[in-house]
Amino acid sequence: MRFYGTEIASRLMLGTAQYPSPAVLAEAFRRSGAGIATVSVRREAGGEKAGAAFWDLVRELGVSLLPNTAGCHSVREAVTTAQMARELFGTSWIKLEVIGHTDTLQPDPFALVEAARILTEEGFQVFPYTTEDVVLADRLLNAGCEVLMPWGAPIGTGLGLTNIYGLRTLRAQFPDVPMVVDAGLGLPSQAAMAMEMGYDAVLLNTAVAKAGDPAAMAEGFARAVEAGRLAFEADPMEPRDMAAPSTPVIGKAFLS
Amino acid sequence: MTRATILGAGVAGLCVATELIGRGCAVTVVDPAPEHGPHACSWWAGGMLAPFCEGETAEEPVVRLGRKAADWWARQGVPVIRQGTLVVTLGRDRRELDRFARRVPQHRRLDGAALAALEPDLGGRFERGLHVAEEAHLDPRAALRHLRERLSQAGAVFASAPAPGAGLTVDCRGLAARDVLPDLRGVKGEMAVLRSADIRLSRPVRLLHPRFPLYVVPRPGGLFMLGATQIESDDRRRSVRSVLELLSAAYALHPAFGEAELVEIGADARPAFPDNLPRLSRRGDTIRVNGLFRHGFLLAPALARMAAEMACDGTTPELMHADHG
Repeated sequence: MRFYGTEIASRLMLGTAQYPSPAVLAEAFRRSGAGIATVSVRREAGGEKAGAAFWDLVRELGVSLLPNTAGCHSVREAVTTAQMARELFGTSWIKLEVIGHTDTLQPDPFALVEAARILTEEGFQVFPYTTEDVVLADRLLNAGCEVLMPWGAPIGTGLGLTNIYGLRTLRAQFPDVPMVVDAGLGLPSQAAMAMEMGYDAVLLNTAVAKAGDPAAMAEGFARAVEAGRLAFEADPMEPRDMAAPSTPVIGKAFLS
Repeated sequence: MTRATILGAGVAGLCVATELIGRGCAVTVVDPAPEHGPHACSWWAGGMLAPFCEGETAEEPVVRLGRKAADWWARQGVPVIRQGTLVVTLGRDRRELDRFARRVPQHRRLDGAALAALEPDLGGRFERGLHVAEEAHLDPRAALRHLRERLSQAGAVFASAPAPGAGLTVDCRGLAARDVLPDLRGVKGEMAVLRSADIRLSRPVRLLHPRFPLYVVPRPGGLFMLGATQIESDDRRRSVRSVLELLSAAYALHPAFGEAELVEIGADARPAFPDNLPRLSRRGDTIRVNGLFRHGFLLAPALARMAAEMACDGTTPELMHADHG
């Protein structure tokens, strides 16, 4: 799997917020083998140096870092935060999040496209947090995005894949674009389903961080992601209405 | 008589001083400020002695060691209010309460009537809640003032700089000890104090919320401490967003807080190690006690006892961290 030309070994991506401690966070990464960590450049943390101790701990995980613009509600805020993130983490990758609705934390599609265009022009490699909307996806690709991150459900809800039809359609429309189901996953089975549908990776945070045993849950997700990917690559059977015995019945005393 | 110099007059330093003076040491407490005040992280504490509720996310030693805290403070003559903790959620976050109940088994389930019997002013506002009865709270600023007075009466000396000379040093400087404890980090917490005559609470109330969790700790004089944010940052600015969140959550808990007087807004950075557990370490005649994170008043008594036993009896305590040398 490649994002903007960079080979990524693991198809599980984890956020770094809300864990009981940085030690538990590190254990979750170790046990899951997750290859990418998202990290939030929270403006309210206060200045560029204020969160340095925590960011050092995240860097020590030894995985690729994907800074995000979590909590931004406007194009300008998102662009400024992305510029700050590039300085801080020395990467052009940015998970672009522009929130349009306070309660559902739904992305603002119009601001998202505009911010994606500006950041791409500034040389960023943008991972937009988007909905499953096909038209919006097309606009984001036109704005220069080479990866898409559609939501499974609103952030932090753990509802799983709430619009399976939409996610299938999106995957089918852009078969060659790397796509990550981001947000809304609560259980490994939901991650497996996303992978079975042909998504390239999943990204989650709350489901692991808020589990009673985050490291165990992270490993559960890692195995589910692997299982779902194997199933996708194995070309699964189509469901059918008529029962078809896997062992032929001819020659057995089935009429007796 | 063993001479002991304690660096830092926050909750850790004063608890260590109390334990050492009780074992017959001659104690000097060194702190740049002449009295307890806003320079110390403990100044901004909630004063909840809630080991079981903290166990929702904290590791096992926090729960076990924290259980002894209420008795320790009471033995020092500090007023400790043993009314437990009340845990509630707003209507649509009901599942948060079930999750919390699973992780904090020391609770009793309350229906609306039982909740109203415990906290009449919250009656009719919540249909269910949890009561964690074996928990307590205290007024943290009054508690540390009291410890200082008792220490002075017992002959402890308070100084603004360490006097040269031999003897034991116990470093309880919190985040200021980052010069010698490089894996110590600051975790910012913001709090507010309100005054209201329109609402009375007998015990700390925790409002579970997926985005804006809140606790309210009642204090004498109609004061209520609201806490606390938890942000990975050693910055001490009080952000508008955090204060909005705290005040909105309080207003959701009870509209009377909307009419309350805003007495104080505070922020500080809690000292924490990567596992968010406290540590003791020793090099020569210096013992370090640090990383109490959000559990200062809950864990300082246990840590102080360990430090004193290590100093006086030569024991190697739990939470001893060898890496620090």
